[in-house]
Amino acid sequence: MTALPRITLAFDAEQTWWSRQRLALADVARMLVLWRLVVTLSWLDLRLRYRGSMLGPFWLTLSTAVMIAALGIVYSALFSIPLHDYLPFLALSLVLWNGLAATLSDACTSFIQAEAMVRAMRMPFTVHAARTVLRNVIVLAHNIPVVLAVYLIFGLWPGAVGLLAIPALLLWIADGMAACLLLGAICARFRDIPPIIASVIQIAFFLSAVIWQPSQLSEHAYLLPLNPFFSLLEVLRAPLLGQLPSAWAWEAALAYSVVFCGAAWLLFARARARIAFWV
Amino acid sequence: MDSRDPPVLLPPIGDPSANARVEMQNVSVDFPIYHANARSLKRMLFNAASGRIAENQRHHVVVLALREVSFTLRPGDRLGLVGGNGAGKTTLLRTLAGIYEPVAGKSYVQGSIAALLDPNLGMNPELTGRENIMLRGLYAGLSKAAIAVLEEDVAAFSELGEFMDLPVRFYSSGMVVRLGFALSTAVHPQVLLMDEWFLAGDFTFMEKAKARLEKMVSKADILVLSSHMHEVILAWCNRVIWLEGGRIRADGAPEEVVAQYLGRPLA
Repeated sequence: MTALPRITLAFDAEQTWWSRQRLALADVARMLVLWRLVVTLSWLDLRLRYRGSMLGPFWLTLSTAVMIAALGIVYSALFSIPLHDYLPFLALSLVLWNGLAATLSDACTSFIQAEAMVRAMRMPFTVHAARTVLRNVIVLAHNIPVVLAVYLIFGLWPGAVGLLAIPALLLWIADGMAACLLLGAICARFRDIPPIIASVIQIAFFLSAVIWQPSQLSEHAYLLPLNPFFSLLEVLRAPLLGQLPSAWAWEAALAYSVVFCGAAWLLFARARARIAFWV
Repeated sequence: MDSRDPPVLLPPIGDPSANARVEMQNVSVDFPIYHANARSLKRMLFNAASGRIAENQRHHVVVLALREVSFTLRPGDRLGLVGGNGAGKTTLLRTLAGIYEPVAGKSYVQGSIAALLDPNLGMNPELTGRENIMLRGLYAGLSKAAIAVLEEDVAAFSELGEFMDLPVRFYSSGMVVRLGFALSTAVHPQVLLMDEWFLAGDFTFMEKAKARLEKMVSKADILVLSSHMHEVILAWCNRVIWLEGGRIRADGAPEEVVAQYLGRPLA
């Protein structure tokens, strides 16, 4: 017989703002203890999604490669940009955008999808959020070979500036967690939200300089960071293209992230105890 | 009122000095009903006049699943829950397990907890038996070594052989039951919460399974068992609570409360 870890569950329905914060923090602390569970769940999710398929998640790599080649040829002609300037930009942009869009739409179902688990046992809710984020990071990683291949073909290498992508990636992960907690809770309560998110993502795709380059806006380009999707994309994309992102883009990305993460945390702390009733 | 203020923070895990303890003080749990037409639902349900459906302060329709439930359990207590369908037995077990948090009152549960509530126990049919065991170990926060021990124990008891490495959906229903039973009874909790489905399976007729379940029950410091099978309650429990409409209708010695609940003296 295996002994189980001892825990203490103490709940008082008369909650103060502080006690809610403490319980939400305890949720995160417990999730960190269970990190191996988070990793295992993310991998199993992927394995199950591609069960029986020969290429598995590399289907994504393949379809991304085909899409980039097709769009690259058409749009470089359409925008009159030489292919060796345009294709690396497009490859990186599309891969990053697909990761962002997939994370956002997965975020909506992060709690709903875990319904069986939520009802069967007590489990930190941040486990479901971290699992969703990690799963999408792994999927994104499967697309890196496409970008590397394009870089190799056109002889592009970002150099030391590329290291600036690391803080940007951390910002993405923080925002991804926030999205899973915020959208996960809201979508569990209001089932009309996921379609709204889906159309917002679609509009944002066209507005956020994913397939067109910011410089094409000429004198209006300085307005772009006002779009949170653009500023977040830019701080990660520019260093990987060997460019220094503008301070303005970083400021916007940080400001939006602080507000977004703050709102997500406050809502999560408030809603945590109710999520089990909503899913 | 308890003068010792229970700490609000969750787990000081692995404190061996802690004794198992369960304390419920005026615990109430409501289920909100959101995904329905509230207006017509309200009219329909209020007319039904069962007294279980109400409106909360924010005008949401709620099912009053538990109402001001209070009791305390110490090591050695074996509590049986009786009551009709929808009396709140399973909700109470889920609240004790920490799945639902009370909307009013205080709840406090200390010690390692195992909740045998759901027949599938969160098993994923697409995963192999071995993977399901590993996931359960990880859910419980067990170490790698402990998971290996768990796996060996479950494999030996369930006698699944090479089926352990096949997805659970290829199992016969008997195999699924054997795996689920072996897995849920492989751990040694201080506080054991058991729903009646667990006793309803065929495995209770197997001598080996019965011995294993009884060992788990006897090793637990506190047992809370919900069952329609009064013989089991009378055999295993030393205290019974009769739930009706989410409230405690009676609380006392098993023979008395079960007789009261059945409305006739026990044979």
